[in-house]
Amino acid sequence: MKNSVYLLIGIFFGIVLLKSEAASWFRIYEMFHFKAFHMYGIIGSALVLGIVFIQLIKRYNIKTFGGAQISFVDKKKSIPRYLIGGIIFGLGWALAGACPGPMFVLLGAGFFPIIIVIIGAMLGTWCYGLLKNKLPH
Amino acid sequence: MDLLKQPFPWYLSGPLISITLLLLILVGKRFGMSSNLRTMCTVLGADKTCDFFCFDWRAQRWNLVVTLGVLIGGFIAVTYLSGGNAPAINIDVVKELNTLGFKSAGTSYLPLELFGEEVFSSVKGILILLIGGVLVGFGARYAGGCTSGHAIAGLSNLQLPSLIAVIGFFIGGLIMVHLIFPLIF
Repeated sequence: MKNSVYLLIGIFFGIVLLKSEAASWFRIYEMFHFKAFHMYGIIGSALVLGIVFIQLIKRYNIKTFGGAQISFVDKKKSIPRYLIGGIIFGLGWALAGACPGPMFVLLGAGFFPIIIVIIGAMLGTWCYGLLKNKLPH
Repeated sequence: MDLLKQPFPWYLSGPLISITLLLLILVGKRFGMSSNLRTMCTVLGADKTCDFFCFDWRAQRWNLVVTLGVLIGGFIAVTYLSGGNAPAINIDVVKELNTLGFKSAGTSYLPLELFGEEVFSSVKGILILLIGGVLVGFGARYAGGCTSGHAIAGLSNLQLPSLIAVIGFFIGGLIMVHLIFPLIF
């Protein structure tokens, strides 16, 4: 039962990512050239509504559908980890034109060369695991 | 139904993404796609190589199910909702991409020069996709999240670390597109 809920949420998100064109390499390229409002509008409006949702949950102590308490864990403070990691991520995002969500959307959509990107992303994740203790965090 | 076949405008897409975030919170989960890459590494046996992958991946199975859904969503969007059409990108960008050698700009959803079947026989194409993927995977774990976890979920919860990460995403993206692209394309 629960699994079908997760599956439906995923299907919904997948359709949105593809139809919004956020999974298009061209839209990412255009965004980094500041030549269209499209991607900024998506992220910006998602953010505004997201902030409202989370504030409402906190203020009215809204519970999950199962009645459990919702807790938000603050992320650990650091600069190098987020800045360096973020820059590396951004380099890849612009080059492959896909972040982790769109990778799977594009695979489902039948753009099979994206498999190479997914394999790369798994290799990159694995390399991080191997090097984690040697990196500044 | 016809409306669903049009590309989703930003003012529809953004709120639909926030609704995804809200739904996941309301079923007691978190919004974050890149952690699935770590889970997949563990499933494939990376836990035998270092501690980072030693965790009970079954506790993350829900997110793999979400990911399977995302994949199915991509299939549905392309097959039934004419989702694979070319985005109406800025005409200046089309011209610029044409001069860089991307002849498919403005005529397809993804550049065929990188995502057409021919790429499997191009060493350069394979390297670009592979390196792009490695950077995304490495960077996402180093930064502790990707576009969904930081740019949407983290910023929605007003997390300063997420703002630093998103600034990083843009620094990296701008360096790639403006400084490195002229060298490789």
